[in-house]
This record gives sequence, C-alpha cells and structure tokens, in this order.
Amino acid sequence: MAGSILASATAEAGDLAAPALDGGQRDGVLQRVARRPSGVVGLLLTTFVGVVSSFSGWIAPGDPFLLGNPALLPPSGGHRFGTDNLGRDLFRAVVHGMRTSMTVVVWVTVISAVIGITIGAVAGYRAGVVDRALMRVTELFQTIPRFFLALLAMSLFEPTLRTLIIVLGLTSWTLLARVVRAETLSIRTREYVESARAAGGNDVHILVHHVLPNILPTAIVVISLGASRVILLEAGLAFLGLSDQDRMSLGFLINNAQQFLEQAWWMSVFPGVAIVLAVLGINLLADTFNDVLNPLLRREPAGARGSILRMPGGEV
Amino acid sequence: MEAPGQALLSVRDLHASFHTDAGVVKAVDGVSFDLRRGEVLAVVGESGSGKSVTAMSLLGLLPSPPARVSGQVLWKGRDLVGLAEPEMRKVRGAEIAMVFQDPMSSLNPLHTVGRQIAEVVRLHTTSSKRQAWERAIEMMDLVGIPQARRRAKSYPHEFSGGMRQRVMIAIALACDPDLLIADEPTTALDVTIQAQVLELLQETKERTSSAILLITHDLGIVAGMADEVLVMYAGKVVERGPARDVFYRSRHPYTLGLLAALPRVDDEAADNRLRPIEGTPPSLIHVPSGCSFHPRCSFRRLETCSVDEPPLAAHGGEAHRAACHFAEDVVSVAPADLQRSVPSAAAAAPGP
Repeated sequence: MAGSILASATAEAGDLAAPALDGGQRDGVLQRVARRPSGVVGLLLTTFVGVVSSFSGWIAPGDPFLLGNPALLPPSGGHRFGTDNLGRDLFRAVVHGMRTSMTVVVWVTVISAVIGITIGAVAGYRAGVVDRALMRVTELFQTIPRFFLALLAMSLFEPTLRTLIIVLGLTSWTLLARVVRAETLSIRTREYVESARAAGGNDVHILVHHVLPNILPTAIVVISLGASRVILLEAGLAFLGLSDQDRMSLGFLINNAQQFLEQAWWMSVFPGVAIVLAVLGINLLADTFNDVLNPLLRREPAGARGSILRMPGGEV
Repeated sequence: MEAPGQALLSVRDLHASFHTDAGVVKAVDGVSFDLRRGEVLAVVGESGSGKSVTAMSLLGLLPSPPARVSGQVLWKGRDLVGLAEPEMRKVRGAEIAMVFQDPMSSLNPLHTVGRQIAEVVRLHTTSSKRQAWERAIEMMDLVGIPQARRRAKSYPHEFSGGMRQRVMIAIALACDPDLLIADEPTTALDVTIQAQVLELLQETKERTSSAILLITHDLGIVAGMADEVLVMYAGKVVERGPARDVFYRSRHPYTLGLLAALPRVDDEAADNRLRPIEGTPPSLIHVPSGCSFHPRCSFRRLETCSVDEPPLAAHGGEAHRAACHFAEDVVSVAPADLQRSVPSAAAAAPGP
C-alpha cells in the first residue's frame, strides 16, 4: 500500500494520482471491525447467537415444552442446563428461546429498516411540505410507548409471534427515519446530486445511486443499536406472559425461574446469560460499526471515542 | 421565433425569480442571447450577478417552489421553459450537459469514476453495462486520463483536482451533447491545470462541433476562449458582443471596472495595488432605480442614471450592445486609464 502511494505520487504525471486519504480506507468494513477488540467480541457473540438460533432444531431437537424429566435437576451430563420445576429440559428451552428472540429481532429489524429508510429518505429528499408531513407522522409514532402498545396488542389480538413482530416493527422505525432524513437533507444538496440531475437522472436513480449508498453507514449503526433493544422488549413482554404461548421465550423462562431462585439457580442464570450474550453481542457490534462507519469518528483511535448516536436509556 | 438550424440555443427575455420571505429576488431579469454551433459564449459577472442561475434555468434545474422561470429557451427550436420533467430529463446530459465548478464535490465519493461515467451513458442509451463501461474508458482516454482502463476502477479521492475535473468533463461528454454548460469549470483548479482543462474543452468543442456556454468571473479565461461575451450585472445583461469588442472597446462602465480590476503582471506603474470596483453588488430584492449599476458608477449623472433604465442598445455595429446612457463616453476610456486614476469621467461631470 505505502509503496504504491509512493510510486504513484512520484509518477511523472504529477497530477494523476493523489495518495489515498488514509490507508485503512481500502479495507472492507469487516476487516476494520475485526481490528478492534470490541468488534471481534461482538462479531463472535452475534455469530454464535445467530448460529445457535438458526440450527436450534439440530442443536437441541425436540419440543422445548416437553415435560417428563425429573423436576429441578441441576446441570449434568444428561441435562446440560438442568431441568425446571415441570421437568422441562432447560438446554432445549434456552436454545429455542434464543431462536424466538432472533426471529423477532430479524423481522422487526427488517420491517423497521424498510419503513424508516423509506420515510426518512423520501422526507429528506422531497423536503418542504412532504418532509413536514412525514416528520409529524414520525413524531406521532415516537410518542407511542412501544412497550405498552405491544402489551395492548398482545392482549387484544391473537397473541402470536406475528402480532408481536408487526406491532414492534411498525413502531421501531422512528429514530431511523429521523436520522436518515437528516442525512438525506444534507446529501441532496451535494454537488454530485445536482450533477446527477444535470446529467438527466430521475429521482429514483438519484435516491438509489447517490442517496442510499451514502446514508447506509449511518443507517446500519442506528439499525443495529435498535436491534438489541428489540431483544429486551421481546423478553420483557414474555416475562409478563404476553407472548406466543406456543413459542419458547427467554423472558418466559426467567419469569418462571423467579419462584425457584433459591432452589434452582440454573433456571434463571442460563436464560439470563443467553439474553445478556445476545444483547451484548449486538451492542458491541453496533458500537464498533459506529466507530468504523461514522465518518466523524473514523480516524480516532479506538480508545478515545464518543458516539453521536448513543441511544437514550432503555424503555424496559 | 428563431428558425431552427440558425441558432442552436436562443434565449429570449429569460426571467428567474425566487420568492423568499424577504421579498422577490430577481436573479435573472430579461436575459436574451443566441448560441450557434461551434461557438463559445462566455457569461461574466461578479458573484450573485445571475450567471449560474441563468445556466440552471436553461436546464430547468431550479427547485420549483421558490423559483419562478419565465421567458423562452429555444433549444433547436423547442421551448424548454415549462417542458415536462420526463422530457426535460432526456435533454439533460444527452443534449445539454453541464460541468460544475468544484470537481472535489461533484463526484460521488462512493462509486468508482468509471461507474459514474457509465451511469450517465446508461441513463440515456440502451447500452449494456459492458458497453457503458467501455464507453467510460473511451471517454477517460479522450479527456487525457492516462491508463484509463486501470484508472476507471479508482475512486474519486484517488484523483487529483485536475484529473477529477477531467472525469467531470468525460461525464458531460459521454453522450455527445450539442451544448456544454461549464459553470466556472476551472475556479477550483490551479493555474497550470486550468490551462489544460480549457484546452480540453476547446478541443472537444472543435471535434464534436458543439457549443460551449462558459460561465466564469475570470476574464483571462474569457479572452482566451470566448467568441461572444455576455456581461451580467444584477440579473441583467449590461453588455454583450464579440469578445474583442467587449474587451477593447468596452461600452459599459461595469465591464471597464472588471477589466481594470484584473491584476497585471506587466504593469510597471508605481503602485501595483488591485483596483476593485467600488461598492458591493446590489441586493436583488431592492435593485437600485434606473440603471442598477449607477450607485457604483464613475460615469454616472444622477439626474439621468438614477431615473431612466438604459436599454441594451447597439453601438458601433449591431452585434455589440451595451446598456449605458453614456456608452460613447465609456468607450473612450481604456481600462489602463482607469487603473491609474479613478475616477475620471465622474470628476468631469458631477451630480446635480
């Protein structure tokens, strides 16, 4: 790298090549993430949780609600995480609970990303009346307490995973929309956008080729920060019993463990650790994305960093 | 209406105004000109004189809620003012292309330059990705980027300013436009690169027999390139004519002032200080009465200049026109005189 910069800088066409701004620019995002300790840990944890949830049926086959084992068995070779008060295998329950968590997170993230990016990009790009209207709608959605809306929906409608995903998905896009809008507002006045318009590009072309690629780094940070909170929301609702009764959930397990804290520590510890690992992994990854992708922080050393996108305290 | 074939572009009484909370800003106020194939028309004036807005309104690029454009922009006989957006998009980039001022910010930092050139080709032709890419390399070669095939895969930040402006020109020329609007194409470049870029523009114009509308405030560039010159002040054309006439027989005090403000290396005179035009450009919301230049003019006679707006009248031949009541007084003064003693005529003719 350094050699090629030197070579091109001394090349005879003096104005041909300006050296790259910084050497790291050339590396992919993953490489830059992998260079930071928190990035490595985040990546490993998230991959681990992802793999466990994806292959839950293979890792822990069988119905997680299946009874029939001796109750309150401590962890052992036969039941790696022990059994609960009704004789359910906790290892199987936690693995399937993680799958439920991840299912909710993935879907909610996809739904909210699509809505948030669309609304934000359209509002920012169109500006004016459209912008004001869309932002009022966004603010309206921001005032809705997600947790209580989900609580209400789960008790009013059929309490299935789909209801939960739809409710959370439809209410989790507001921060993303606002951030995307702000970015778009700044990008639409850049000269390369004007230049694309002068070259005959239509709005869709400009949005897809010029606006979206430029807001993506920021969007990824906001999306990943939002994802970890969805895990907590899902667990929180399940803790209160407002979850799909046919799906094993980490929140449900923790609620169940409450009465047996003194007799069976394993009942609360394993689901708890599962939640912590999932949230921690996504959070670390999000934070590293923020460091790596945020142009304002890109060049600062990993130690001295702050986040302009630090989330306010959790809702749950 | 202008017969097609005679003038490529024929602008008639173009107005562009912005409605703001403070009032109506008349950025372009009754501009008319013709541009034929093979011609270079330079539009000169200070910042805020309406040069860029004129260019933007030709292409319908002004955002429509605040901006209002009226008049005629006859392009090959067709009026572009009020043309529907999809039709307008077919003209932009394909028939009329634009090169922007700052090559640093006019390229998307996230895409390779080859892709950005190919993108425009794909917008206006039915060529495949492969063909567009080949065309991009061909264009980069044409504008003098060495090792075009390899450099097409580079990102803008890997190019110097001059090379980026070449890329911008390659983008503009990719669809063989008939008119190239260059909005201060060399302002962000250093002098040696400026000369190269201008030469490139000149060459491509000759090769493709297109026309160039050159927007600039650099009179040195105008002298080297332009056939016709349009001098704008406060949204109006104050002088226009063949470049030689405008330079050597300026008939408007503003043109004279611009010329006098040019730094001269060869001037041996006692002090080598720059001679700015006194005062500042007027607010475009409250344009001065009469001749809008009169508050800054050294030739003014208030009883005339602050009351009557001078028409753009022909002087010494139909082609050379100037909007000044005292154009005949102005023509007798050379910019060099103005540089030595300011003001000259004003002293002889004080106000009422």
